[in-house]
Amino acid sequence: MINRILNLADNNLILCQRNGEWCGHGPILEQDIAITNITLDLLGQARLWYQYASTLMNVDNNSYSEDSLAYRRNEREFLNILMVELPKGNWGFTILRQYFFSQFQFLLYSRLKNSGDTTVAAIAEKSLKEISYHIKWSSEWVLRLGDGTDESHQKMQDALDDLWPYTGEMFIAANFENEDECNELKIEWLQKVSPLLEEATLNIPENTFMQTGGKSGIHTEHLGYLLAEMQYLQRAYPDAEW
Amino acid sequence: MNFTFRKFYYGDIPDDVSGDNNTGAEKNDKTAWPLWEVFIRSKQGLDHKHAGSLHAADARMAIENARDVYTRRQEGISIWVVESKNLHASDPAEAESLYEPAEDKIYRHPTFYELPDEVKHM
Repeated sequence: MINRILNLADNNLILCQRNGEWCGHGPILEQDIAITNITLDLLGQARLWYQYASTLMNVDNNSYSEDSLAYRRNEREFLNILMVELPKGNWGFTILRQYFFSQFQFLLYSRLKNSGDTTVAAIAEKSLKEISYHIKWSSEWVLRLGDGTDESHQKMQDALDDLWPYTGEMFIAANFENEDECNELKIEWLQKVSPLLEEATLNIPENTFMQTGGKSGIHTEHLGYLLAEMQYLQRAYPDAEW
Repeated sequence: MNFTFRKFYYGDIPDDVSGDNNTGAEKNDKTAWPLWEVFIRSKQGLDHKHAGSLHAADARMAIENARDVYTRRQEGISIWVVESKNLHASDPAEAESLYEPAEDKIYRHPTFYELPDEVKHM
């Protein structure tokens, strides 16, 4: 159960940190604001999950907090999927990843909304409103760029080729997930994603080997660098506060 | 060297320089996105008020951008956008002839009537 919550939290936090790299570097001012808005939504969701995880983990003592979970865990303790830790790439890559992730989040949270755990249900329900907008925003960009100029189409196709091997992990059940549910999610996700990619004139790669490991703490080499930057302050000055 | 400055008031920009489609640097740049004016209606407000302007490729993107740029702090519940080039403004240089003649026509204000007590909420 705790790993389930940490997985949800870590997915959000790590993608948040990655997207945050666009702050001040977006292709134009308005989209810079849009991606950072989305990023702040992700952070807000991550905080709720971490807060809940820390209350679950503080059975014997009060040694965990949302901050300690974000800033004091090592690479191998993070349970996020590999897709969210990949470098931000170009705008097309960031957009496509956001779309894949948001679409996945939407389907997953739609189920969590009916969870018997009222805290999980409440967090999922609150997040879904934000996620709906993330899907709308990112899917329109996938269309625009995929079915855009020759150059934008090629960049999106490259992004799709690079990202696709990391999409399978979302639906390969970890020990905190239910295999049937993962399979159902996969079918639902493909039903949403395939028509959009087709409309965007993008081709899904075939016979792809799917990368895994993130959900059990085995990460790409990129996560360590990301954490080094994100955790630097709390590592160098433990318990520093504003 | 001679420089000419023309002063414009916000929202009072003559046609020849309004809208990114028409301005100098971006005039010939076909990749530049046009400028849009954004109007927001607040929760209590009855009408849409001009909030500012932004760049977008089309109306749909303009509305999304406006949502992200101008309603982040719960400013509104409805958005209008219009491409800036479609707005036409009066010329500030003509302000005297346009607006000053109204100054001495106070009888146009409905302040010369005695309201009966029965009429409330006026």
